[in-house]
Amino acid sequence: MNRAEPLTQLQSIEPNTGSPPLPPATSPEGKAAVPAEARSLLATAWMRIRRSKIALLSLCVVVAIMLFAILAPVLSAMSGNDPFTSNTSPEVLDDFQTPGLPLPGYMYPSAQHWLGVEPGLGRDLFARLAYGGQVSLTIALLSTAVSVVLGTVLGAAAGYFGGKTDAIISRIMDLFLAFPHLLLVLSLTPILQSRLRDTPLGEGSFLPMASLVIILGFFGWAYLARIVRGQVLSLREREFVEAARSFGASHLSILFRQIIPNVMGVVLVYATMLIPTNISAEAALSFLGVGVKDPTPSWGQMLNAAQSGNWYLSDPWFLAVPGVMLIITVLAFNLLGDAVRDALDPKASRH
Amino acid sequence: MMTFILRRTGSLVLLLAAVSFITFTLFQLGPSDPAAAACGQECTPERVAEARVALGMDQPFLVQYFDYIRGLFSSRMIGAPGAQTLCEWPCLGKSFQTNENVADIIGRSLPYTFSMAIGALVLWTITGVGLGLMAALRKGSPVDKFIVGAASVGVSLPIPVTGLFLLLLFVNQLHLLPFTTNEINSPFGPQGPGAWVANYLLPWIALAVLFSASYIRVTRTNMIETFGEDFIRTARAKGLAPRTVTFKHGVRAGITPVVTMLGMDIGLLLGGAVLTEQIFSVPGLGFTAVHAAISGDLPVTMAITMLAAFFVIVANVVVDLAYAAIDPRVRLQ
Repeated sequence: MNRAEPLTQLQSIEPNTGSPPLPPATSPEGKAAVPAEARSLLATAWMRIRRSKIALLSLCVVVAIMLFAILAPVLSAMSGNDPFTSNTSPEVLDDFQTPGLPLPGYMYPSAQHWLGVEPGLGRDLFARLAYGGQVSLTIALLSTAVSVVLGTVLGAAAGYFGGKTDAIISRIMDLFLAFPHLLLVLSLTPILQSRLRDTPLGEGSFLPMASLVIILGFFGWAYLARIVRGQVLSLREREFVEAARSFGASHLSILFRQIIPNVMGVVLVYATMLIPTNISAEAALSFLGVGVKDPTPSWGQMLNAAQSGNWYLSDPWFLAVPGVMLIITVLAFNLLGDAVRDALDPKASRH
Repeated sequence: MMTFILRRTGSLVLLLAAVSFITFTLFQLGPSDPAAAACGQECTPERVAEARVALGMDQPFLVQYFDYIRGLFSSRMIGAPGAQTLCEWPCLGKSFQTNENVADIIGRSLPYTFSMAIGALVLWTITGVGLGLMAALRKGSPVDKFIVGAASVGVSLPIPVTGLFLLLLFVNQLHLLPFTTNEINSPFGPQGPGAWVANYLLPWIALAVLFSASYIRVTRTNMIETFGEDFIRTARAKGLAPRTVTFKHGVRAGITPVVTMLGMDIGLLLGGAVLTEQIFSVPGLGFTAVHAAISGDLPVTMAITMLAAFFVIVANVVVDLAYAAIDPRVRLQ
């Protein structure tokens, strides 16, 4: 059985439409597949995204933000700063009126400090924004990956095996969906951090990141699992699954080679939508003081820094820097998510 | 219908039991040592041992759980043997920090959370459904595109950013509204309803911006679908006034998914809008939970988490029952 084959079937994206199955990618005579149906999932998505201006724009913004985060060391080296060196000398920070507030020459963008410096500690804001992006995006992407793997495997297993397996997994999904996520994540993060402290994951700035990835990933899978389960329920009755079964393929092989590749369309859609959710969640937790903590920068930590000591009331700039970055990122990912959904799951967005 | 109610209520009880058990397990087994957290800063090994006995942690896990559940039905004694104190019904344990009954702490926080929830709910339902309907009626027009675009932006605005921005603009710069105070937690207090609205207006707006976006989308999609259906065409063909067709026939049929969403969101919000309460210093359930979580006050966080999950589950069942009452087909599933 060719692992790549199910992926190349366009029908894989909409197994639930109730329409008769499309012809298989390979014609009965064994000739090469018809090009229009042989496209991979990503190629299909790209083809449709290319047609929409908003989708293209949001894709460009997402790529730009990723590059900004990846290139953080290069960019801050170019500006001649790093995110950790503090400078509290009276030439940089006010000493009289509002102690700690950057002096006018250091508050706003300048050639030396591209976004000015942070109040209180006088660290370079641009470097913190870039490195913070690295932290925020890493947490969001890794936790999404954890949720996607859990949600796909558990949802597919529930739908494919049915019976008791389905009953148990479905009840667990119900439970996870019932829990107030932010509250539980909020209260469990400190607990998890104290547990991880003595493990290899507990070293320095790694600890809050690892615990956020684990906890956000672990609480984000249930919704995707429910969707995947629904898709698999109808997929498992299809001919190609029956064919694989009659060839003597094992359950695991059918699950991972036939079923899961066929739900990748929906998975991709929900993964794209989970990323901005996790970016916001990281920002929320770090803002509340239980996620990423100073001196490690993240966009949520920067919001926290702007609020603590009411610096944002002294000058809105300190709120604007991480705030605008966060809004642009979440918006771009959300719009991209809408576009991917429109491209791969037309049923979900008829209007 | 009766069997449906019974079945649904039965599963409700089971789910609630499961939620309480899981929360209890997570919190009790989670931290390296709740006794150390309870004992505080200046702690000796002897005092940790004492704290363990006082918390009942020398007992088997299941005994601890059923003791906890027993407190939900009657008063019970807690603390070390010899130094036990009465924990009155409903007993959810006592705060590590203040030794106060957790139920009392929750009771004190609830009016603030209610105040936040009710106004935000009204505000986002009106704007969400109103704008969604407006977009659906003018489908494809610039108005529609603007509303849909605004909804995309609204759903992408993180609460910390909008919340702080609103505070900065309306309180700090324009001086239009006062800083929130924790003296006002109901419109019937001595300061009157005006002060209540002024106190909670900004949190309401912050929540409404985020929530109304999804209501706009759902209302718009469902109304467009409904307006395309045969019975609407029939009503129009009969010569009914457009207004009657829209509101009496269209909205009534197309609004059900919005009602479902509303039910779920009420459940969600009653558990405390953690971020909003924190930003505006409203001492509701979410605010209390954050502070308890940061200071390691396990009984308080645990009780609030359970309560919030209860609200979500109950709201779920209420929505299901309401749906079944309206649409008989649901009962058969």
